[in-house]
Amino acid sequence: MQSAISINNLKIAYGNQTVIEEMSIDIAPKEFLVLLGPSGCGKSTLLNAIAGLQNITAGEVWISGKNVTWEEPKDRGIGMVFQSYALYPRMSVRKNLSFGLRVAGLPKLEIEARVSRIAALLHLDTLLDRRPAELSGGQRQRVAIGRALVREVDVFLFDEPLSNLDAKLRNELRVEIKKLHQRLGNTMIYVTHDQVEALTLADRIAIMRDGVIQQLASPAEIYHRPANLFVAAFIGAPAMNFIEGRINTDGGSITFESKGLRADLGNYGFETPPAAGPATLGFRPDHLVLDGIARGLPTLSGHVSVVEPMGSEAVLWFDWFDQTLSLRLMGDVTLKPGDALAPGLDMTKASLFGAEGSRL
Amino acid sequence: MSPRSPNGPMPAHITVGRVGLYVFLLVAVLFFTLPLYIMVVTSLKTMDEIRLGQIFALPAKLDVSAWVTAWSGACMGTVCVGIRNGFWNSVAITLPSVALSVFMGAVNGYALSLWRPRGAHLLFGLLLAGGLIPYQIYLYPMVRALATVGLYNSFAGIILVHVIFGLPLVTLLFRNYFVSVPEELCKAARVDGAGFWRIFFEIMLPLAVPMVAVVSMLQFTGIWNDFLLGLVFAGRDNLPMTVQLNNIVNTTMGERTYNVNMAATILTALVPLAIYFLSGRWFVRGIAAGAVKG
Repeated sequence: MQSAISINNLKIAYGNQTVIEEMSIDIAPKEFLVLLGPSGCGKSTLLNAIAGLQNITAGEVWISGKNVTWEEPKDRGIGMVFQSYALYPRMSVRKNLSFGLRVAGLPKLEIEARVSRIAALLHLDTLLDRRPAELSGGQRQRVAIGRALVREVDVFLFDEPLSNLDAKLRNELRVEIKKLHQRLGNTMIYVTHDQVEALTLADRIAIMRDGVIQQLASPAEIYHRPANLFVAAFIGAPAMNFIEGRINTDGGSITFESKGLRADLGNYGFETPPAAGPATLGFRPDHLVLDGIARGLPTLSGHVSVVEPMGSEAVLWFDWFDQTLSLRLMGDVTLKPGDALAPGLDMTKASLFGAEGSRL
Repeated sequence: MSPRSPNGPMPAHITVGRVGLYVFLLVAVLFFTLPLYIMVVTSLKTMDEIRLGQIFALPAKLDVSAWVTAWSGACMGTVCVGIRNGFWNSVAITLPSVALSVFMGAVNGYALSLWRPRGAHLLFGLLLAGGLIPYQIYLYPMVRALATVGLYNSFAGIILVHVIFGLPLVTLLFRNYFVSVPEELCKAARVDGAGFWRIFFEIMLPLAVPMVAVVSMLQFTGIWNDFLLGLVFAGRDNLPMTVQLNNIVNTTMGERTYNVNMAATILTALVPLAIYFLSGRWFVRGIAAGAVKG
């Protein structure tokens, strides 16, 4: 199948400083791809390069089967939504929505029809004659999304569109964007530093760091099988627990050993053939169970230090040797700080990382 | 009143400092209004009354003949046609100069801040440096240059000179204004297909209306009040009002006609004064906008 967007050997550098290392991605039609990473990782730069707003050093950008590397943004068949909304301040909502169409010289009736269709879709009908300054943050962002949609293109680019909104609105608009994608079926590339947005919206997530994609996979894959320590630590809240130790292969069985822990790795899905040596064991707070001894799992015994109830679930922090580990429990918790516990660890769900940080 | 515990609005106090402040402000007001008062009353007196030497006294009866003479009969050397030609010359010089310099400065500022062409920093630095050098230095080379291209002693020449000397300041003000405009606004417009001029006219210029108002006023008063450039470049037939005022005041046959001189001076100052009075609100708003954002 033909890709909606192909990025071939793209490189962006300012003088000696490389922002994007040589990178290639193929994005399928109707895919929702999220670029996720800490600030300064180059994700917005990559998006701007796809939009044609950023000069590139080397490589190609293909959109809908056309090489658009040297095309102007307007000729690339894209719509874009910005973090600061970037609405035209002196124009009404109607004028904001129709600006691109007027520039393109579309017939008046066509413009009106498209604007009213988009306004209905985004519930902007009653706001059409207002100025951006007279709108709330959520309304402004809906207008910004509408301005991208009204172009009726195949590809939409979102540059941290929800970062300027408060938590409640962010959740609402996140759901709206997801619905919109399901209804319109366009290809979308979405830049964010918020892992909840990434996990909830994406078909695939590309996690970036220092201009390099660390892992490009489905949200489930990224959550359950992070490719390296950076991805493992970046995704998940509370963060993944890490224990330093080593893998032993003597005596026929393969085990991970550390301080008071000795775990059999017989049912761990290794990426590479296991070898003895130093390793880091990572496991999510959700992958610890309180009745570990009864189930015959390797256990981490310690004492509760803090309990964080969150209504439907609770996070329990406990001391294990010189480390504090976290554990997520559903429902109400009767444990109190100081209580002893020995949670069991499900090794099939754990992750092992080698000395260089990549998944074993 | 007996001292009570703090509750409700704080009672008002009149302190010595506050009294001193008002006295100072009052003196400042007098300092600036007294000359204006003397000018106005003198212009409304007859020469007989002026000879009495009571400069603070109100005129015995209102006599506007000095104003009429100043406008249409006062003598410059041997020509006695008043200051009205100068008025129309000033209008013909100022309006195009203001329009052109504000427009070009706005385009400059927009291009330098939002498009950042190669060498933008150098260009901006040179422009500012040009603005900091006293313009008397440029007079002679400028005269030679304009004479070479045949613009010396013409309206076009003096307008060109005003536009050139106005550009550094106007560009600086617009650049500082546009620098505060989010870059994403430009990007959004580019995705929508707008080019350099479309973004300028449809998005940036409407956004900069307060700045346009302020800069226009600054340029208007600056160019209207200019004396040196008008004297050097405009040519004998196109002298602006300020130069003609000077000629009237310096032309004496017999006694000095103080009333006519005062009337001619007020007439010359009236236009910028009117602009400030009529647009004070805009002026303050623009200055404040420039200060906060610049």
